[in-house]
Amino acid sequence: MITVRLVQSARRNQTAGWALLGAGALLALMLPWLVYPPIAVDILAWALFAMSIDILFGYAGMLSFGHAAFWGVSAYATGLAAIELGVPFPLAILVGAVSAALVAVPIGLVAVRTHGIYFTMVTLAFAQLIYYIANRWSSLTGGENGLQGIPRDFVGLEWSDPFVYYHAALLIVAIGFWVAWRSVNSPTGQVLVALRANPARVRALGFSVERYRVFAFVLSAFLAGIAGGVYAIGHRMVTLQDLYWTTSGEGIAMAVLGGTATLFGSIVGAALLVLLEDFLATSGIEATGSVTGAVFVLILLFFRGGIWGAVSAALARLRGTSQDDVLERPPPTGPAVPPSNAAEEATTQGSDVK
Amino acid sequence: MLRTERLVKEFRGFRAVGGKDGVDLAVREGETHALVGPNGAGKTTLFNLLSGALAPSSGRIYLREREVTGLPAHTIARLGVARSFQVSSVFDDRTVRSHVDLTLLAHSSLRTRFLTSVRSLGAFAERTTEVLELVGLGHLGDRRAGDLAYGQKRALELAMVVAADPAVLLLDEPTAGMGTEDIERTIDLIQRIKGGRTIVLVEHNMKVVGMLADTVSVLQAGELIASGTYSDVRSDPRVVDAYLGAHRA
Ligand SMILES: Nc1ncnc2c1ncn2[C@@H]1O[C@H](COP(=O)(O)OP(=O)(O)OP(=O)(O)O)[C@@H](O)[C@H]1O
Ligand SMILES: [Mg+2]
Repeated sequence: MITVRLVQSARRNQTAGWALLGAGALLALMLPWLVYPPIAVDILAWALFAMSIDILFGYAGMLSFGHAAFWGVSAYATGLAAIELGVPFPLAILVGAVSAALVAVPIGLVAVRTHGIYFTMVTLAFAQLIYYIANRWSSLTGGENGLQGIPRDFVGLEWSDPFVYYHAALLIVAIGFWVAWRSVNSPTGQVLVALRANPARVRALGFSVERYRVFAFVLSAFLAGIAGGVYAIGHRMVTLQDLYWTTSGEGIAMAVLGGTATLFGSIVGAALLVLLEDFLATSGIEATGSVTGAVFVLILLFFRGGIWGAVSAALARLRGTSQDDVLERPPPTGPAVPPSNAAEEATTQGSDVK
Repeated sequence: MLRTERLVKEFRGFRAVGGKDGVDLAVREGETHALVGPNGAGKTTLFNLLSGALAPSSGRIYLREREVTGLPAHTIARLGVARSFQVSSVFDDRTVRSHVDLTLLAHSSLRTRFLTSVRSLGAFAERTTEVLELVGLGHLGDRRAGDLAYGQKRALELAMVVAADPAVLLLDEPTAGMGTEDIERTIDLIQRIKGGRTIVLVEHNMKVVGMLADTVSVLQAGELIASGTYSDVRSDPRVVDAYLGAHRA
């Protein structure tokens, strides 16, 4: 009896999931008809960027305020690969993402030894360091001018049309979405969610907690790097702004607004903020920051789980119970959750030499 | 099986484990070895050392004949030493089954896969069912762990400890906070999961110690003051002084 009902509800969930995915895909394909194509590209890039932050924050419980480093390093590396080496843009983006991942390895090795707000501060500090280096190293980065006129070549097609580029970007970003979704729903993803709740327990089970944290960090940086590369090719330029901490802040705002630990919420959050900022910029309203901030606060005031959290809760209520799909998922993240048995964890971290 | 030599752990100069000359503990293969002592004696700290959660300040630890001093906790776990925690540490939002799956994952090559579906954990289904039935949670597999009764959570804790078939179990107060009925059930449960395993057990309840332990070691203020059979240790004057006589006879 009960099993039959569970199977039915699982099947219904699955159907609903596919329908939602289909609708989303259709909307994504039509997006450049609905909004100005360069804005559509921005939405893609920011969505993947926010998602990379959500993997780390929403699932593994690590709030990075340094993701601008990965977005920016990739943007510069992508631009340099395209300008200096003349590689086709998809390859340039790959070069960028790999660079971001490489930069993330040493940062991750240091940062994962800290927790909660300290992790956030350490990642911020590293990102600001990279910003500073990029500013100084102007022979490579162009300093204040940044990189200009990044070519957008690939098998001789006419990619300068933003409409055409959008579809290439969509394919690249969709691969990034898939990797993100797959990895949080993988065995490794299960370990990450568990270690967020109780790292000492997970370690005692036989998992190398630090290694999982570093892996999550580097994977997240790689995805942030794809996003930064897509953005750089889209704008055909890179500026220091891409490395600045406000870029990290923007990504976090999108992830939180859309709803953390949902992945798809990041897409919604990114779309909303990009469109809002574009609307404010073109309508000549001066106080862009305050309006965006107010929208942010209002949404989180009414929907604590973000937009996606509110929508999926409403859908669940509509369908009756069917909790089964929510079970293995972490609860929506509030600001910086400390590990639940912080004491035990602290003793295993502290000054003890391993 | 498990042996320490002059083991010492200090926290900022305070010697939680070690006493005068360090702790020499010897656990024989296949025995149930109870570790008793008043609150703050250093029992949990000793467990943290044995399981690798803490590195000792000095001294050595051997598992079988292999030195494991200073190895990280996850390595020691994979060498077949599984521990439970004094404070229940189940994952409230996970299902009961997925706790056991997670434990099995730690010992499987699937553990580093990130582009494989989580459904691959279905490979553990049979063993998971077996383990849950062993600890009496067979019918609660799909329940959220946070919704379990206290005794059931402790049983789930034990399921996680035995799932991967470890050679050594370190159980930190498995009956803590339980009423008589749950305690009886836990004694029974530990006897059932024992098999040929070696068990080290921290326990305040002397009835449980009497029922389960082959050997009893007494820790006081970080020092190992006695080790022997239950009746030997029970009549040891130092022990009576330090512990049994004082407040828990
Ligand atoms: N991480 C730590 N930092 C500093 N002191 C600690 C730490 N862990 C334990 N201690 C101290 O070491 C001593 C032994 O503690 P431990 O938890 O090992 O005792 P216990 O024998 O398990 O006691 P109980 O029966 O209450 O569980 C205590 O005085 C405790 O305050
Ligand atoms: Mg204790």
